[in-house]
Order: sequence, then C-alpha cells, then structure tokens
Amino acid sequence: MTEYFNEMFEGREVRPPYAGLDGWMREMPAQLRAMKQAEAEALFRRIGITFAVYGEGGDPDRLIPFDMFPRVFTQKEWRRLERGIKQRARALNAFLNDVYGRGEIVRAGRIPARLVYQNAAYERAVAGFVPPRGIYSHIVGVDLVRTGPDQFFVLEDNCRTPSGVSYMLENREIMMRMFPKLFRENRIEPVDGYPEALRRTLASVAPAKCESEPSIAILTPGHFNSAYYEHSFLADLMGVELVEGADLFVEGGFCWMRTTEGPKKLDVIYRRIDDAFLDPLCFRPDSMLGVPGLMDVYRSGGVTICSAPGAGVADDKAIYTFVPEMVRFYLGEEPLLENVPTWQCAKPDDLKYVLDHLPELVVKEVHGSGGYGMLVGPKATREQIETFRIKIEDNPHNYIAQPTLALSTTPTFVEEGVAPRHVDLRPYCLVGEKIELVPGGLTRVALTEGSLVVNSSQGGGVKDTWVLAE
Amino acid sequence: MLSRTAENLYWIARYMERAETMGRLLEVGARISLIPSAGHGYRSEWESLLQASGTAEGFAEKYGDPVQRNIESYLFFDRDNPSSVVSCIERARENARIVRTAISGQVWDALNTAYQEILQIERQPRSEWELTELCEWVARQSALLRGAMDATMLRNDGFFFMNLGYALERADNSARLVDVKYFVLLPSVELVGSGLDNYQWQVLLRALKALRAFHWAYGGEVTASKIIDFLILNPASPRSLMSATRKAMHHLDNLARFYGDAPGADLALLHARALVKELEQTEVAEIVDEGLHEFLTRFIGEIGQVAALVQRSYLSGEAR
Repeated sequence: MTEYFNEMFEGREVRPPYAGLDGWMREMPAQLRAMKQAEAEALFRRIGITFAVYGEGGDPDRLIPFDMFPRVFTQKEWRRLERGIKQRARALNAFLNDVYGRGEIVRAGRIPARLVYQNAAYERAVAGFVPPRGIYSHIVGVDLVRTGPDQFFVLEDNCRTPSGVSYMLENREIMMRMFPKLFRENRIEPVDGYPEALRRTLASVAPAKCESEPSIAILTPGHFNSAYYEHSFLADLMGVELVEGADLFVEGGFCWMRTTEGPKKLDVIYRRIDDAFLDPLCFRPDSMLGVPGLMDVYRSGGVTICSAPGAGVADDKAIYTFVPEMVRFYLGEEPLLENVPTWQCAKPDDLKYVLDHLPELVVKEVHGSGGYGMLVGPKATREQIETFRIKIEDNPHNYIAQPTLALSTTPTFVEEGVAPRHVDLRPYCLVGEKIELVPGGLTRVALTEGSLVVNSSQGGGVKDTWVLAE
Repeated sequence: MLSRTAENLYWIARYMERAETMGRLLEVGARISLIPSAGHGYRSEWESLLQASGTAEGFAEKYGDPVQRNIESYLFFDRDNPSSVVSCIERARENARIVRTAISGQVWDALNTAYQEILQIERQPRSEWELTELCEWVARQSALLRGAMDATMLRNDGFFFMNLGYALERADNSARLVDVKYFVLLPSVELVGSGLDNYQWQVLLRALKALRAFHWAYGGEVTASKIIDFLILNPASPRSLMSATRKAMHHLDNLARFYGDAPGADLALLHARALVKELEQTEVAEIVDEGLHEFLTRFIGEIGQVAALVQRSYLSGEAR
C-alpha cells in the first residue's frame, strides 16, 4: 500500500504548523462541531455563495462542501512556493510574448513548432500584437500537489481565467466569524488584500490611450454561469462594474458601457468568458456573449483585455511539459517548482515505457480536461487498460502519461470524527506592474475516503488555507 | 449606473409588489369563500380573482374548472404561472442576484431569505400550510424588503429606480384590483349597495389592510363613491392610484435631478406629471360618467405608457 504524507501527523507527533490546531480539534465536542458546520452552511447559503448548476435538475444553487479543518503552511514553506510560482508566472508570460512575436524558443528548437502554432488555443488574430507591459496572463492559477515535507509538484497551470478565488476569501471570512479564538491564538497571514491587489494589477495594464484613472469592468457570461457569484463578488470588492456583452458596444476606436447616463468609456476588461466568445466578428459568429468589434479596439490599443486573447496556448497539457524549459530559456534560472514527470507518447522511447507500465500510470489526452478521457492505471480493470492500449497505439500524439501521485492528506471532519483526506492547492498569482501573491490559496479536498479526485463535481470540498506569520 | 443594473433593480421591486398583490388577492378569495352564498353552498370569487391577476387563461388551460385548491396552488406555487407568488419571488431574487453589488447586504438578505423560505414551504406537505398564513408571510416579506431598502440604501439612482418600480407596479395592480370589482359597484352607484356586496368591498379593504384607514378617512357607511374615492383619488390612501402615480412622479423627478437633466427633458416624468394633474382634477362622478371600467382601462394604459418611456430613456442605454 502506498504511504501518503500526512501534513499534520508524523507518526503520533504533530508537525509544527498544526500545533495550534491539535487542542482545538480534541476539545471540540461533536455537538458543537455539528452546530458550527450547520452555521457555516447557513452562512454560505445566506450570503449566496453557491455554485449554480442549471439544466441538471435539482437545486440549482449548490453549495460546495466546506470543511472547517484548516490547511496550514509555515512561512518558510510558503516563501518557497511563492518564489516558485512567481518564477513560473514570469516564464509563462515571457513564453506568450515570444510565441506571438519572434518565436525564439521555437527557432532555438526547444519547443516543437507544431505544438505552438497548430495548437487550438493559439490565436492567429493577435500574432504580432503586444499587449500593455507585454503581459498576457494577469492571473495565473498554479495547481499544486504535495507528496512529502518538501516535495511539491505543479499539476497544471491556468493562464486564462482561473476560478475559485472567491472561495479562498469567503472560507476565511467564515472561519474568522465562527472561530475568532483560533485567529487570536495562531498568527495567520490575511488574504483579504486580494481584491485590491487585483484591481491594482488591472489598472496597471490600462491601454496607452487611457489618459485618466482607468475604468475597469468584469465581463461575465451572465447570471446563469456557474461562477457568476464569483464574478459579482469580485466586482463588488474591487468597486468596478460587472458587465455582460450586451452592456458594451464599440465606437470610434473605444469600448463603451451602456449606462443610465449614456455611454461611458471602458479601459480594462477582466473577462471571465472564453476567447471564442469575445467578439462574434473575430471568433465565433454565433456568440451572443461577446461584443462585435471588440478585437479591433483591442488591437488598436483602445482597451485592454485580461487575460489577453490567446493566453491559453501556454496552459495546455502538451505545453505544460516544456514549462521548466521556458524557465531556463527566458529567465536563465533553474525551475524552483517541479513538474510531475511526464511521458510523451509522441516520443518512441516514452511510448514504449508507457505501454510497458500502463497499470501504474495515469494517461491523459493532450487536450482533455475535467477528468474525461483519462486512464487511471491502478484503478482500472485489465480490460480498460487493453482498450486504452489500442487507443494510444493508434494515435500516440494525443496522449501523455504521468505516475500516479501519492497526494498528501490533511485532517478533515468526517462523519466519524476527524480523518485524513487528500488535498491539492491553487494559489493565485497576479501579474501587472508587480508580480504578487496573497499568502494563501484555495485548498480542495477529496471528501470520499481514499479518493484522489478533488473536483467539486466529484465530491470535492474546500478548506481555508493558512499561511502562518513568522 | 449600467442600464441593465437599473433595469434589474426596477424589476426586483415590480416583482415583489406583484407577489404582495397576489398574496392579498388570495386572502380576499380565502375569506370570501367562507361566506355562505345566497342559494346554497358558499360564494366563490375565485373566478374574478383569476381575472384580476390576469391569469384566467393560463389557469383554464392547465386545470379547466376553477376549483379552490387548484386556484390556490396556481396563484401561489405554480412556476408555470409567471404571476404566482413563487414565480415573482424567485424572479425578484434572481434579479437581485444579478445586481448584488448594487444593493445593500440587508436588501439582498431580505430577498434571499424570502426565497430560501419559500423553498422550505414548498417542501412541506400541502395539508400543513394554511392559506392565510402564507398570505401574511408574503406581506411580511414585502415589508421586510421595503424596510431594508429604506434603512440601508444609499439615496441614489439605484434607490430611485427601485422605488419607481414599486410605484408603477402598485398603480397598475391597484387599478386591476378595483377593475375586477367594478360590476359589484355598478350600476348601482347611486344606490347603497346590498349588504353582501358591500361585504365584498370590506373584504377587499381588509385584505389591503386598509379597512381601518378607510373608516378614519370617511366614517359612516361604506358606499360606492367613498370606495372609488378611497382607492382611486384619495392622496392619503397609500394604495390609491393617486398615491402610486404621485410616488412614481416623485422618483422620476429624483432621477431627473440626480442626472442633472434639463427641465422637461424626461418624457416619462412629463407623462407622469400630466397623469397626476388629471387625477387631481377628477371627481368621482366623472369617473362614474366615463364608466369605471373604461376609466381604469385607460389609466392602466397610461401607466403602461410611463413604463415604456422609462424603458426608453433609462433602461435601454441608448436614448440619452
């Protein structure tokens, strides 16, 4: 059986970051716990922090299960992660700048041209255009997993519009409200500076044509979107408008909002819709969500779009394997955060290894997401493995393989008391005039015993994530 | 403010007012159904309630004969009925969810709590709820929302748009409420109505929580002309057409001033002013001469016109 790293207990010893929680956990009577859990749920519902799921029947306002047991990092652990994430965010932006410009990394033979220029996420429409400050991805969500005291791996990068930051903020609010004593006893770095930092980041990339205080808005697909709560939450905390495509129009080289006082100019758009829906004239002609003509205004420097259209080319699974290479190529540094070792079935040697070790590996489609079209070797039947073998042999370019990771666990409240459950971590890195991270992130937890899948669609929950002050 | 935000705010109020009216209508129906009718059995006002709420057609399509239990669930719970209490509260809350950032926390709380509670009520078996209790619950939610608005909202355009929504919806609903009863009042306007018919009006006043106000304002016997005056022309009566129209005018005026419009620039305001002026110069006898039904139909049209002008000047984001 695999040994999993438990972030709180080393044998029977409590690891230092969790020292402040041991007593809290032991002293809490079951009754109080149940009461607090119910209180938390009522708060989430009352505030309206729900994950709206339409068209599947049942309650459209679902709650993501909230686990009250915090996940804790020491200042030292966090510093290391922070440096690694910032480094990665710089490299990813340098890469985007490069592939929409001269393409040095391709010319140098470090990344195959095919993977970049024939990538579905590569936007020809912005080739040659340099966005303000040369930044493409303004919010980089880096998904991390841990397998030991010092072993962290990057599972994937999210350069487009990583979601979930509202949970990071609300989980903290609710914990502070329910357990103020814990926050007096443990010195915990605050995360509530995030909205202001995000606003500063967005303001710092206003287009050159913007001469006054930039006007900023979040562009949402609308209230039926599952992340709508987050969009409105962030707009509120930043004090910016929350707009839909129909609220905007383009005229005279600028983008305008329809307001009760007539048109008002918009300088920076933090969009939470995909590239394909931004502008029906440039991308999908059937899109109702976007703004006709927006891309022309963008390319002529009338408005900044965050993240920049085309940023997605940096975060797919095939490009992922080259991120350490990007760090070396653009920054001349060694990567501080490791990738999960990845075999590319397109390479003959890798392919042979993968086919010989299928029962131990996780095999993924290059363009797949959300856990679809993948093989989890240790959990698959022989038949499933053989079916997958044929698929890989048929089209090796379409697959990558990774070892099955022994994800760390943290104590989690379950029916019977407290038990270890597997977790991952998504911090949010902001890239503008400065590169910054708030100390914390979103911890997702697989609530089902033994499960390694933390996705909320498959029984995952969330936790408050602490970084202890020095 | 985004035009769409203004529109959402305006509709939050319209839907909540509509939900309240529906609750009050149901209360009227429930009371009247307890009164023995002239022949045998009990009186039924359900038919006229369906008409007053503009839901008669939809109901007939779904259920056919007006059976009390069906009417109750159609007017209160049915999501197929866009005017049911549940539909209205759900939409008010959805509009609020869209513009959460433009309302105060307490206003959101009032709407969201109402919605969460209605989901609870829906889960209970039918036999456990009492119609009158439900109607009172609706009135209470509406009052909570108005209280939260009044206590916590900034007096800016958002506040004015919400109040405008309230006023226009109330003007329209009050007119419809009176309209459905006009056949009871007329053609016997010169006479004192029969005891039973007056009883119906008393029930209506009671449902509007206005019976005591009516007595304070007029005293003595309940007559047709007093009732017409009270529900249409009396500026002291909070649900009269006069009050509602004046309130709409007041908030249009606030908006014009808030936006620094040139006097006379806002067509909706001009129209509302003209309507108020007309009401001020109207006497009960003139309404009777024109025909109560004709007068009310015309009034409903005028209010609709004001709403259309509001749409054009503020909510489309283009005209200004």
